[in-house]
This record gives sequence, C-alpha cells and structure tokens, in this order.
Amino acid sequence: MARYLIRRILLAVVTMFAVSVLTFLLFFAVPTSPAYVMCGKQCDAHAIAQTEQRLGLDKPIVTQYGEFMKGIAVGRTYGTGDLAVKCDAPCLGFSFRTNEPVTDIIKRTLPVTVSVVVGALVIQLVIGVGLGMISALRRGTAFDKAAVGVSLVGASMQIYFFGPILLLIFVYSLHWLPNPAYTSPFDDPFKWFTQMILPWVTLGFLNSAIYARLSRAQMLETLSEDFVRTARAKGLPKRKVYARHALRAAITPIVTIAGLDLGGALGGAVITETVFGVNGLGRTSVNAVNDLNLPVVMGTVLLAAFFIICMNIIVDVLYSVIDPRVRLS
Amino acid sequence: MTATASSAATSGVADDRPYLEVDDLRVQFKTEDGIVRAVDGISFALPRGRTLGIVGESGSGKSVTSLTVMGLHNAARTRITGSIKLDGREIVGLDDEQVRRMRGRDVAMIFQDPLSALHPYYTIGKQISEAYLVHHPGRKAEARKRAIEMLDRVGIPQPKKRADQYPHEFSGGMRQRAMIAMALVNDPSLLIADEPTTALDVTVQAQILDLLEDLQREFNSAIIMITHDLGVVSQVADEVMVMYGGHAIEFGSVEQVLRSPQHPYAWGLLQSVPSLRGNAEEDLDPIPGSPPSLINLPSGCAFHPRCAYKMVGGGPCDLEVPELLPTADAGHVVACHLPENERRRVYEEEIKLGAAQ
Repeated sequence: MARYLIRRILLAVVTMFAVSVLTFLLFFAVPTSPAYVMCGKQCDAHAIAQTEQRLGLDKPIVTQYGEFMKGIAVGRTYGTGDLAVKCDAPCLGFSFRTNEPVTDIIKRTLPVTVSVVVGALVIQLVIGVGLGMISALRRGTAFDKAAVGVSLVGASMQIYFFGPILLLIFVYSLHWLPNPAYTSPFDDPFKWFTQMILPWVTLGFLNSAIYARLSRAQMLETLSEDFVRTARAKGLPKRKVYARHALRAAITPIVTIAGLDLGGALGGAVITETVFGVNGLGRTSVNAVNDLNLPVVMGTVLLAAFFIICMNIIVDVLYSVIDPRVRLS
Repeated sequence: MTATASSAATSGVADDRPYLEVDDLRVQFKTEDGIVRAVDGISFALPRGRTLGIVGESGSGKSVTSLTVMGLHNAARTRITGSIKLDGREIVGLDDEQVRRMRGRDVAMIFQDPLSALHPYYTIGKQISEAYLVHHPGRKAEARKRAIEMLDRVGIPQPKKRADQYPHEFSGGMRQRAMIAMALVNDPSLLIADEPTTALDVTVQAQILDLLEDLQREFNSAIIMITHDLGVVSQVADEVMVMYGGHAIEFGSVEQVLRSPQHPYAWGLLQSVPSLRGNAEEDLDPIPGSPPSLINLPSGCAFHPRCAYKMVGGGPCDLEVPELLPTADAGHVVACHLPENERRRVYEEEIKLGAAQ
C-alpha cells in the first residue's frame, strides 16, 4: 500500500511536470504577444518592448520556464532594486492584467468553484443514483419508463438553456431567490445556500441524468448476478437482498466515476459559472486564456491537473477499500 | 401439449412418506417471442435421506424445476400450475413472505459456480452467519460460532481463520465446501444441488460428492442432484429422472436408468460419455442436433427429430406425445412409443457395448 502510494505520487509529479511544459509551450505557440493585448490602441514598438521586458517575456522560453518552476519551489523576486517585489513559494507569479498574485486569485475563486461543484455533486448523486436504482428495481413499470424518459431529456439538455430558464422563473419572475453570487458559507450560510441553489440544481439535475442511466444499468446487471440469487436463496427479505447485496456491488463503479467527475469539475465549471455570473476557477481560467494572461493560465491549469490526478489516486485507494479483491500493487 | 404427468413416477421411491411431492408441475414464462414452457407436467416424490438425480441437457427444464421448488422464479412473468408439497404443505400459490421464510430453512440450494454465487465483498464467515441469522434473528454470536462449526464440518482446515477470508481467497473446492456449509447451516430437510461439481476439477468433484453423502447420512436430508454428468448421478443418486424439453421422459432407480435405460435419449446420453477403458481412437457418439426450443417444441415426442429409432410416416412419434408408462421393471417408467421388447433389444444389442460402462 505505502509502496503503491509512493509510486503513484511520483507518477503524479511527472504528470504535473508534463502538463506544465505543455501549457507553457502551447502558450508561446500563440502568434500574438501578451504585450499587444495589454497595451491597447496607442501602442508602439517601444511600449511593447518595455512591457515585454517588464513581464519577463523577452527572455528565452527555457529561462522563463525555469524561473516559473523555481518560483513554485522556493519563491522568486520580480524586478530589481527599489521596484523588487518578493513572491513567496509557492509563487505562481502575478496576473499580467491586475498584478494580483495568482495564488490570491486562486484563493478567491477556488471556494466558488468548490461550492458549485460539490453542491451539484450531492444533488446528482442523490437524485441520479436514487432514480437509477429505483427504476432498476421497478424495471418495466411506469416509474421506470418515466425515469428513463426524464434522464434522456436531462442528458440532452444544456446548462446555458436550462440555467437561464430557472433564472427567469425563480429570480426574475417569482423573486423567490436572489441572483446567484458567492458568499462564504462561513460568513452567512443561509445567503450562501440561497445564492448557490440555482447553480446546484442546474448542474446537478443535468448530470444526474447520466448517473441515473448509469446506475440503472449497473443495478440491472448486478440483479442478474448469481450472488443475488444466492442471497434470495438464503431467505433474505427483498429489502436486504437489494440493499446489502445488490446495491453494494452496483455502487462500486459509480463511486469511481463520481470521483473522477469531481476531479475534473473542480478544475472549473466554466459554463455554469458563466451562466450564473459567479467568478469561479473555470471562468477565471477561460478569461486568462483570452487575455493571454500566462501566469493565471499556468496556475489554473496546474491546479485542475492536480485535482484530476489527486482524485484518480483517491478513487483507486477507495476502490481497494470497497472491493476486497482489488489489491494495490 | 398434452400431459405427461404420471402417478407411476411416485411408485419408484422408498417406503416412508415423501418430504417433497411434486405433482404435474408446469412452469411457463412469458417472453417477447412467446410462451416458454420450461417445465411441462413433472411429477416426482422424494423422502428424507434419499437422493433424486435429475439429468438432462441445458434447457431441458431441470434447473427451472429446482428454482421453482425454491420459489426463486420471477413471480411477475412466471405462471406455475400443479402442486409442490413440502412435508405435506402446499407451496404453489403461497405468498412471497411465507415462501421466503421457508427458503434457506427448510429448503436450501447449492449453486454451480461458487465463485459467482458467493458475494465477492463479504467474508465467507459473514455470508454463512447471515444465512443463519435470517432464520434465527438477533443471535449474532451464535451465528458466528455456528458458521465456524459448519466450515469445520465440511472439511475446511483452520475454520476460524478461513471464516474471515473472502471468497476469492478460497480455492474452487474450498469455495464449494463453504457454499455447502452455508446451505446446511439451518439443517434444511431438502437440499437442492444444481450442478455442484461442474465447475470443479475431477478429484475435487469426488471429494465434494463424498461430503454430500456424508452430510446426507448425518442430517437425513433429501437431496435433489441436478446434473448432466452421468458419473455424478451413478455415484450419489437413488432415483434418476431424465428430462427432455420440459418433460420427464424416463424415471427409475439409478440401476434401472443407468444399467438398462429404455429411452433413446438416455442411450444418447450414455453414449456421449467418454470411456476410460475403450479405444482411444474411437470417436464419441454425440446426440445429433441441439435441444429443442421450449417456445415451439417439436410435435409428438419432443425428441423425435433427433431420434435414430423414430417411427414416422404414419408412426406415432411425430404425432402423439408419449406418456410415461410403466415397464416390466417395477418403478421404471419411460415415455417412448417404441415397444418395450424392441427397446430392450436395441439397448442390449446396439447400445450396451458401445456405452461407457
């Protein structure tokens, strides 16, 4: 187990390194210099050169990359003399646009994304898995057919269609809910909840469609397994056959998929954040790409990669806990 | 489809009152393609301490018969008629809850592949004690003790340690022993073994069959042994029922059915068994064709399209369903249109020598 974890962590470090190199290279493959984007209409060669020098973009890519990585490891100092700005490790640099430290930007936007994503995950697991399991147990009934129908609609719907409709109804027409925004749950849990409920429902409902279909299929497959028949042959009541024997086996792959989904979503729920106008990691990341804001791009991309890799490891470890046949080696 | 029910079938079994009585059992499933007549008029009786072997190809209805006795069929899509009596109590038409209480306590079942029949996520000990706890609620410590006792009884070394292991940590033979321990934990009066040795290698097979016989003597339970392996039947069964296309086509003592079978299908089964002593160069003699569709059985005798001795063209084989009729041997019943002396002659002259005896 320990050896397995060490190997996986080493592999994760290598993956992160590869991601950072690729992001860097891709960034410099864009023909426009960030300096053009920044200096606006009144721009001459001199101003651009000055900006590039200020941002360190005049140095060779390898040097820039080296300095960036050094910043993460031990921190770095920007500028010289009186203008020197110290940036402590882990230093991801400063935004080209606002000069805000990238770590501060992440600290500000990450809780927003975590709020949206985790809340939606809870909804999609409860509704999706619940609906799927029940319709598997009631296969062929009206409930099953309705659930399959609803999940088909959900799976084909888009956030940018469903989200605005909910906004129109609950915020602008009925005035039941405030406009979605982010308030820290530690400051005002009620406000946090009422502002977040629409993004949760939108993202959660649409994703629950996929989970419903998946868990229905899983459950149907498990119900036809021999060990479920054995459980019935023992004389166990239906409820226990389903809960203790069938559900336990059917839920395993869903845990895996939910974990990987969570890892991916923590990197930013771009569309949801954009539709509801909350500034999470996803929106920040997309804006940074548009602005050619390298430090922010690097920071958010690396963070997203970090989440995905972490969740992969967590899911694997969890799997070995759920399924005694799985050995980590 | 006419009835092939026979009261003669019951006359082959021993003296005391039968524990299990099945009378004219019919099981039908509704499917999209039509009605599957999986079991079509089966009758037999089985007293405690005796073993009935049910033999037939896949799809002959042997497993469905046993699942129906257990009440494990899908109630919504299955139609059952006839009668199944356990210890004199009718269980066809009983409500789910009553059948459930009986399941595992009065009737237990051993399945073919113990790896897939045991839950991969629970320890062996837990699965056995669960079977005990269903029928003895709240007695947890006792259940655990009993599970270890049973593991010991079925010949699993270090039962205490093994009880905490998972099915995948057991070998095939040990898994089947654990399965048997689980089935016997409540001292059931009837044990149904559905091909219990098919997934095991030969040496282990013999051990498992010996174990079953030992346990039968000890617990005096009735056993239904479902198999397509005539070797298994000859080792453990007292009576044998041969099934084909949902019908019983031959029934008798193990001597009668294996030493002087009278149905051409039973001959075919015997001839498909490879012989250890025969000529290695000689080809096996399989039954031509494949088992019939249970949705659309051949007319007349369901076996006639594959039968080498059929009488067709005015003959009765393709027109009339043969009934199970007594033969000269008391207790031996056969459903075949061929005259009995003709069947005896063909068996003696053509089949006996070639069969693996």
